[in-house]
Amino acid sequence: MSAATPILEVEHLSASIAGQQVVEDVSFTVPRSGVTALLGRNGVGKTSTLRGILGLIQRRGIVKFAGERIDTMQTYRIVQKGIGYVPEEREVFSKLSVAENLELAERQKNPHREFVARLFPDLVQRRDQQAGTLSGGQQQMVSVARALLNDNQLLLVDEPTKGLAPKIVNEVADALAAASKTVPILLVEQNLEVVRRLADRVVVIVGGRVAHVGDAAATLDDADLVRRLLGVHVGDSAHGGIAPARNAGEGAEGGQHA
Amino acid sequence: MSSVVLVLITGLGVGALYFLVASGLSLIYGLMNVLNFAHGAFIALGALIGWEVAEHTDAASWWSFLLSLVVGAVVGAAFAAFTELVLIRPLYQRHIEQVLVTVGLSFAAIALFDGIWGQDLHSVKGPAWLDEVTVVAGAHIANIFWVLIVAAVLVLGGLSLFLRKTRYGKIIRAGVENRAMVTALGIDVRRAFTLVFSIGGAAAGLGGVLAMHYMTGVTPEIGSSLLIFAFIVIIIGGTESLVGTAVASVIVAVLQQFANTYLWGTGDFIAIVLLPIVLLLRPSGLFGKRA
Amino acid sequence: MIAMKLSFDVLRKSGPFIIGAVLVIVMALLPMLNIVIPGVLPGPTYQPGSLALLSLCMVYAAMALSYNLLLGTSGLLSFGHALYFGAGAYGLGILLSRTGLPFWVSTGVGLVGGLALALLSGAVALRTVGIAFAMVTLAFAQTGSLFVSRSSSLTGGEDGITVNTMNVPAAFVGILNTKNLYWLALVVLVLVYLVALWVDKSRLGHVAAATRENELRLRVLGLRPFTTKLIVFAIAGLMAAAAGMVYLLLQSGVGPKAVNYDLTVTILVMVVLGGVGYRWGAIVGGFVYTLLDQRLTALAQSDAVDSLPAFLRVPLSQPHFLLGIVFILIVMFSGGGIAGTVDSRIRRRDWRRAAEAALPRAGGDESVARPRLRP
Repeated sequence: MSAATPILEVEHLSASIAGQQVVEDVSFTVPRSGVTALLGRNGVGKTSTLRGILGLIQRRGIVKFAGERIDTMQTYRIVQKGIGYVPEEREVFSKLSVAENLELAERQKNPHREFVARLFPDLVQRRDQQAGTLSGGQQQMVSVARALLNDNQLLLVDEPTKGLAPKIVNEVADALAAASKTVPILLVEQNLEVVRRLADRVVVIVGGRVAHVGDAAATLDDADLVRRLLGVHVGDSAHGGIAPARNAGEGAEGGQHA
Repeated sequence: MSSVVLVLITGLGVGALYFLVASGLSLIYGLMNVLNFAHGAFIALGALIGWEVAEHTDAASWWSFLLSLVVGAVVGAAFAAFTELVLIRPLYQRHIEQVLVTVGLSFAAIALFDGIWGQDLHSVKGPAWLDEVTVVAGAHIANIFWVLIVAAVLVLGGLSLFLRKTRYGKIIRAGVENRAMVTALGIDVRRAFTLVFSIGGAAAGLGGVLAMHYMTGVTPEIGSSLLIFAFIVIIIGGTESLVGTAVASVIVAVLQQFANTYLWGTGDFIAIVLLPIVLLLRPSGLFGKRA
Repeated sequence: MIAMKLSFDVLRKSGPFIIGAVLVIVMALLPMLNIVIPGVLPGPTYQPGSLALLSLCMVYAAMALSYNLLLGTSGLLSFGHALYFGAGAYGLGILLSRTGLPFWVSTGVGLVGGLALALLSGAVALRTVGIAFAMVTLAFAQTGSLFVSRSSSLTGGEDGITVNTMNVPAAFVGILNTKNLYWLALVVLVLVYLVALWVDKSRLGHVAAATRENELRLRVLGLRPFTTKLIVFAIAGLMAAAAGMVYLLLQSGVGPKAVNYDLTVTILVMVVLGGVGYRWGAIVGGFVYTLLDQRLTALAQSDAVDSLPAFLRVPLSQPHFLLGIVFILIVMFSGGGIAGTVDSRIRRRDWRRAAEAALPRAGGDESVARPRLRP
């Protein structure tokens, strides 16, 4: 495989939840190395883009993974191709133990248990604890660990630092930095400090479409651009301080009907 | 005193029957959001085939009794697996259509059973010990109740072990909580669907054969009457845990037996009235959890 | 060109009305005609046997229409609709045998009773939604069913009750008067249809339909979906009670099957067969189901079926097996049923004509939103 072809190509992707369009005609690519950050204001459809790529919600358009079309595949097949997913709300199985949560995520003969144990020694200690009784940060570690157990070719990581204490934010960012040495990551993140630290490239969505693609540092250094695209002043606050301009869409996800 | 003991133990026995039927329903609803109206047909087929086994072997012997239980469970599982693969799977995620299909299947299957076996009661005479009584604290308990209780405890234990210790068991537990995330871990959750249907069908078939011995006979309607009580059980017990289902089964059945004995035979009424009451007290409870 | 289009439009609009009126007139004249439809009716149309069968069809068609108000208009999946049918039938039967009330007063009391029962139970059941609603309605119907089979002194238990003919107008008594009962059934069916039409066209029906699509949005708009649904539910219950009363007179009695869960499922099968959301579909479903049920039963007893090997004979001799399979196939492969299929044919044809008449207007989503089976 040539390094030139991107690991993920998204062309004209639209996605909907319960008949409501949440992503409209989004196109971008993710290269075979480094971290690509997907940015945009609240409710712009970043989470839905990730879920659409994975087929967790209704989608149309072309999605290629390592050159292969995956846009009509079922979610579990897409994941089996080599994608790890860290969802926005962590989504650990609260009634299962930490060990069981990790076990279910193992897809290969020799999962990277030692690597994960080194990254998150906390989880080793708590392996028999019910995941629902963990703190938010620990749950996020379980969620990230699930994605790092396998030899993936791409990680989709959604808001990994949301709602976490600064110390834990660093810990999670460290883990992602370590992972990004071996696997490309598509990252959705509101905390621009974390983006600055991890990301090589940024893709910015405005009004459901890609408005800007560029080098991460150069983009974040351009205060005018950031304000125009994201509606924030760089360095506003530790958590990016993004204006809650729109808050439709993303909260109501689930894609299931009663 | 002895009449209270009688009511308690018979209640426990009937509760065991409810549990056998409700455990499968609860797993299916928990994992797939399908309220399976065809469960009554699984029960009926298990019972009717169990009756055939008894007819063609020495029904009074224990090995015939055990054989009918095994055959009933296998037939129930096969029928349920067929239902899932052929009728439920093509309607993936369309829950109301899935419910309607199970309603239609129950309608068609029971008519077919009527055609094959007729609507008359087919009586059965199992091992003589089942008809005898054991005296506990002055209460005369028919031995079939002990068999029901033992069977339910074995099924509860076996299912719990399966859910705790096996990979598929863990997938099912995880799927009951969050099915989408299970698929996002690269797991084909639909295999668990077929499995859960088969397990539910096996428990229903087993329950059918036991219900036949309890009622000393069988008609194709045998499942329909049990089904409504199983619905009540899962509404009260929720779909979160099998132990919850077991406790709810016993509560409903004991309450029913008490009312039948002490409240002028109103047990069925009271059990059925529990259903709207519980649903109204927790409107977003069981059935609203993913609304 | 414009004139042509206009006349076409007029035909489109008034066509169903004309067809409906003609059908009602033909139905009304049938008892005076000698029409033989082999394979469908047991004899010529003027004979009591045929008239009784057609009357039963109309009773079930009315029942299906009322159920369609729940499932089709409001998206409510009820498993307890038989309760109101049984309440009408048993209510009238008991009033006639236990009280000295005149016939029409009894029917009035029975209808009010059915309405009250529907209001009361609906007010409770409609606190829930989806499958929970289905369960609560099932529980109510089951309670009614238990009541009927347990209170034998009042309801006759498993044997049911027979009509006390003393209090029934002579015109509705006896086989020779079947044609009067037939006309009664026709009148009730037409009335039920008109009420269903009025509900669907009124503000009430629009709100109910909107509730079906998106309840939350209505609440935000300050509308009260609960009241709307309750009124529709009560009207449907009233219609079912009326159908039950005609059933009682037609059968000269009523048994516990009239409050049974199986009856609700039967009605559900009729509505899905005819096409959920279509009034005329519910009527067609009621007729087709009832006729098939009767004819298949007759077929099952015929020599042709009797001589078949068991694996063919047994399924063929069970009408409910065959109808259940048809129901499953419709749910799985064509949600629209009979009316839905015909309707989409006509729509496609009209669409093509419209497209030919006005070429540049291509594309566009002209399909009218029909309720899916999902509430």
